[in-house]
Amino acid sequence: MQIHKYDTVIVGAGGAGMRAAIESTKRSRTAVLTKLYPTRSHTGAAQGGMAAALANVEEDNWEWHTFDTIKGGDYLVDQDAAEILAKEAIDSVLDLEKMGLPFNRTPQGRIDQRRFGGHSRNHGEAPVRRSCYAADRTGHMILQTLYQNCVKEGVEFFNEFYVLDLLLSEVDGQRRTAGVVAYELATGEIHVFRAKAVVFASGGNGKFFKVTSNAHTLTGDGQAAAFRRGLPLEDMEFFQFHPTGIWKMGILLTEGARGEGGILRNKDGERFMEKYAPVMKDLASRDVVSRAIYTEIREGRGCGADKDHVYLDLTHLPPEQLDAKLPDITEFARTYLGIEPYTDPVPIQPTAHYAMGGIPTNVEGEVLAGNTDPVPGLYAAGEVACVSVHGANRLGTNSLLDINVFGRRAGIAAAEYAATADLVELPEEPSKFVEDEIENLRDATGNERVVEIRKALQETMDRNVMVFRTEQTLKEAVEEIGQLRKRYRNISVQDKGKRFNTDLLEALELGNLLDLAEVTAVSALARKESRGGHYREDFPTRDDVNFMRHTMAYREVGDDGTESIRLDYKPVVQTRYQPMERKY
Amino acid sequence: MGTATLEKNDSAGPVDSAENSATHLITVVLRIRRFNPEVAEESSWQDFTLKIDAKERVLDALHQIKWEQDGTLTFRRSCAHGICGSDAMRINGRNRLACKTLLKDINPEKPITVEPIKGLAVLKDLVVDMEPFFQAYRDVMPFLVTSGNEPTRERLQSAADRERFDDTTKCILCAACTSSCPVFWNDGQYFGPAAIVGAHRFIFDSRDEAGEQRLEILNDRDGVWRCRTTFNCTDACPRGIEVTKAIQEVKRALITRRF
Repeated sequence: MQIHKYDTVIVGAGGAGMRAAIESTKRSRTAVLTKLYPTRSHTGAAQGGMAAALANVEEDNWEWHTFDTIKGGDYLVDQDAAEILAKEAIDSVLDLEKMGLPFNRTPQGRIDQRRFGGHSRNHGEAPVRRSCYAADRTGHMILQTLYQNCVKEGVEFFNEFYVLDLLLSEVDGQRRTAGVVAYELATGEIHVFRAKAVVFASGGNGKFFKVTSNAHTLTGDGQAAAFRRGLPLEDMEFFQFHPTGIWKMGILLTEGARGEGGILRNKDGERFMEKYAPVMKDLASRDVVSRAIYTEIREGRGCGADKDHVYLDLTHLPPEQLDAKLPDITEFARTYLGIEPYTDPVPIQPTAHYAMGGIPTNVEGEVLAGNTDPVPGLYAAGEVACVSVHGANRLGTNSLLDINVFGRRAGIAAAEYAATADLVELPEEPSKFVEDEIENLRDATGNERVVEIRKALQETMDRNVMVFRTEQTLKEAVEEIGQLRKRYRNISVQDKGKRFNTDLLEALELGNLLDLAEVTAVSALARKESRGGHYREDFPTRDDVNFMRHTMAYREVGDDGTESIRLDYKPVVQTRYQPMERKY
Repeated sequence: MGTATLEKNDSAGPVDSAENSATHLITVVLRIRRFNPEVAEESSWQDFTLKIDAKERVLDALHQIKWEQDGTLTFRRSCAHGICGSDAMRINGRNRLACKTLLKDINPEKPITVEPIKGLAVLKDLVVDMEPFFQAYRDVMPFLVTSGNEPTRERLQSAADRERFDDTTKCILCAACTSSCPVFWNDGQYFGPAAIVGAHRFIFDSRDEAGEQRLEILNDRDGVWRCRTTFNCTDACPRGIEVTKAIQEVKRALITRRF
C-alpha cells in the first residue's frame, strides 16, 4: 500500500473533473485520479450543445433560461441554483471559447446557436436558439479543450486509478474528509490518497439499464462510495430517457437533429408530437417526448415488424446541412444500421441517458451530509452530483453547462478550503475495506457470474423502472434487485492476477450498480406521483402537496449487520417561480 | 474452422434489410494475440470460437468471449461507439476501433485476427502503454496560446477560418494512426501522426499565436520530416481525418512560414 498526500484530490477526469482541476491546480497541490484516460470520458459523447443566453442570433436572456430549466425540471429544481446555472452560463461558454474551443460560428464570426428541447423565448412562447455548439461534437470539443488546458496548467493525473472508497474521519464529533482509496489497475496496488479536499466528479450510473446511451464504464462509482459511507443520495428515482437512441443499441442521436428540423414519425408517417406538444412539438422536453414515443408504440403505431420503435426523419433536410451540422450522428446511422439518413428515416427508441439525482451538494459544490449540513472538505460536481439544477428532468444542453459551471465552482471551493484546512488524520486501517473487497472477490469460489447478474439487473431495470412505472413494477424491481444482491455475494472472477484485472474491475462496478439500482427503485416506489422523468401510471399527476420535495436516501446498517434504505425528504428551494401545469 | 454457418432466428418477420430484426447467428473464430507477463514471458495466439450476429461489433465479440469463455481476456473500452478512442486494435492486420468494426464488414468466414496496436509496449493482451503516445501529444503545445488583453466577449472567427482546421479537431487520440506508421514502429522517438494532427489543429487556428513555436518543435529531427507519406495513418483514422494531408500542410508551413 502506498500513501500520497495532496491538498486537493479530484476523482474523475471528464468535463466536471477537468474543469475543477484547471481551477484547483492554480490554487492548490492537486491530483486527479481517473478510472479512464482523461479524454476517454463520456463527456466526449455529448453532441448537441451547451446552453447559454448569449443572444448571438436572436433575443434571449438568462432569466428565460432560468425559467425553462425550472419548468423543464417540473418544479423540483432548486430555483436559486438554476439562476446561478443560467447566469454563469454566459461566462462559462465564453471561458471555453477563450480556452480554444472551436465553436461553430455565425456569419459575423460569433458563436453560433441553435434550438434545443425545452428552451424557449419569453417563458414558453416559441423555441429559441440558445445552444452553443460545435457540429454534433460539442462534448468532444469540450473534453478535448479541457484536457488541452489541463496540459497547459500542468495538472497531475493518475490514469487508470479506480477510486473505491471515501475516507471520513471523526474530528470533534464531526465527520471530515480525510482522503480516498484507489486501486491501480496496471499493478493491482492499493493507494491511499490523503487530501484536505476531495471532489467527486466521477460521472453517472446509467449502466444499470440495458438500452442506454451510457458508456460501459458509467457505473456510479462515486455515488456508491459516498452512499456506503453513510452519505445520502438525492432524487435517484429521476432518470432521464433520451427520446432518440439508435433502436436496440441505445447509441445517442442528438436532440440537435430535431433542433435542425428533424421530425419524429410513427408507422403511418404521422408527425405525432403535434398531438402531445402543440407549441414545441418535437422540441418538447425529453420526458414528454419519450412518453409520447412509448404511447405511440403501446397503441400499435410503432414501426418495423415488432412495432417497437419510431422514426427520426431527416430526409427533408438538405444533405449539406446534415454534413455540416450533424456529421457524426449521420455516420452512426450508416455504420451501425446501414441506413442512409439523406434518404431513409432512422429507427429510434428512448434510451436511458442521464441521472438527475446523485450526491447532494449546495451551490458551492459542497457535499451535504443531511438536508443542510456540508461535510467539511468534500465536494461533488457533474452527473455524480445533485445540486439540484435538473430537478425531475434535465433540459438538453444543460449538462455540458452544469459540468462547466459547477465543476469550476467545486474546483475553486475545494482549493480555497484546502488552503486553510489541515490534513485530517486517517481513520484506522484506511485501506482495509478495499483490500477486503478485492481479496474476497479474487479468492471467491462461488458459482455466480458477473455477466449473468448484470444482465438480470439490466433486464429488470428496463422492464420495471423505465419510462412507465407502477407500484407493481417497482415492487418487482426491488424484490429482484434484492435477490441479485444476495447472489452477488456468491460471485467469483476468473482472472486472479494483479495486472490489468478488468474481470475484477467489472465485478466491483457491478456491486456499485446493484446498490444504486436498489436506491433508485426504492425511491421511485415511495414517490406516489408523476413528475418529470418519473412517471407512475397509478399516480399519473403531479402532487405538489405531498411530493414537492427532494428524496434523500440513506443506507442504514442494523446491529445485526442487515442493510436497509431509509428515505427522508428535503424541501425544494423556490424563489420567484410558482409551480404551474407543464405544457409544451 | 473457416466456414461460417448461418442460423436464422425465424421469429422475425419480413421487413426491409436496414430494419431486419432477425438475428443471424454465425460461427466466428477470433484469433487473439495473448500476453500476460504474470503467466508467460512470450505472447501467443489463442483461437476462440463463438456464435454471434454478424451485425455485431468486434467489441461485442470480445465481450462475449470475456464474459462467457475467458474472463482473463483484457482490453480497454468505454463508449462503444467510436468516440472515446479506447479500443484501437489491429484487426485483420489493420488498425481499427473494435467498436466501429462490424463483423460482417471484415469477412467473418475466416478467422479474424486481433492484436494490440504496434509500436507501444504491450502490458497485457490488447492493452498497450499509452504514456509515450500522450507524451508526444503534450510536447507539441496542444492548447491555444494568445497574448494581450482578453476580450470581454468571444474572440471573433470567420466561418472560413473555423473551417480551416475543422478536420483535425475531430481527433480522439486513439493512436490508430501513430501505431500504424512504419516510421513510428522503427523509431519510437518520432512524434507520430497524432501529435502532428494535434499541432495542426492549433497552427491553423486563426486565434492562436504560437504557430512558430510549434513548427520549431516539429522541425526537430524527430518531427514532421520523418514522415514518408505512406498514408497508413489516413487509412487507419476511424474519424476520417486526412492525417497525411495535415502532416503535409505542416511541412509546407515550415518551408513557407505561412499558415
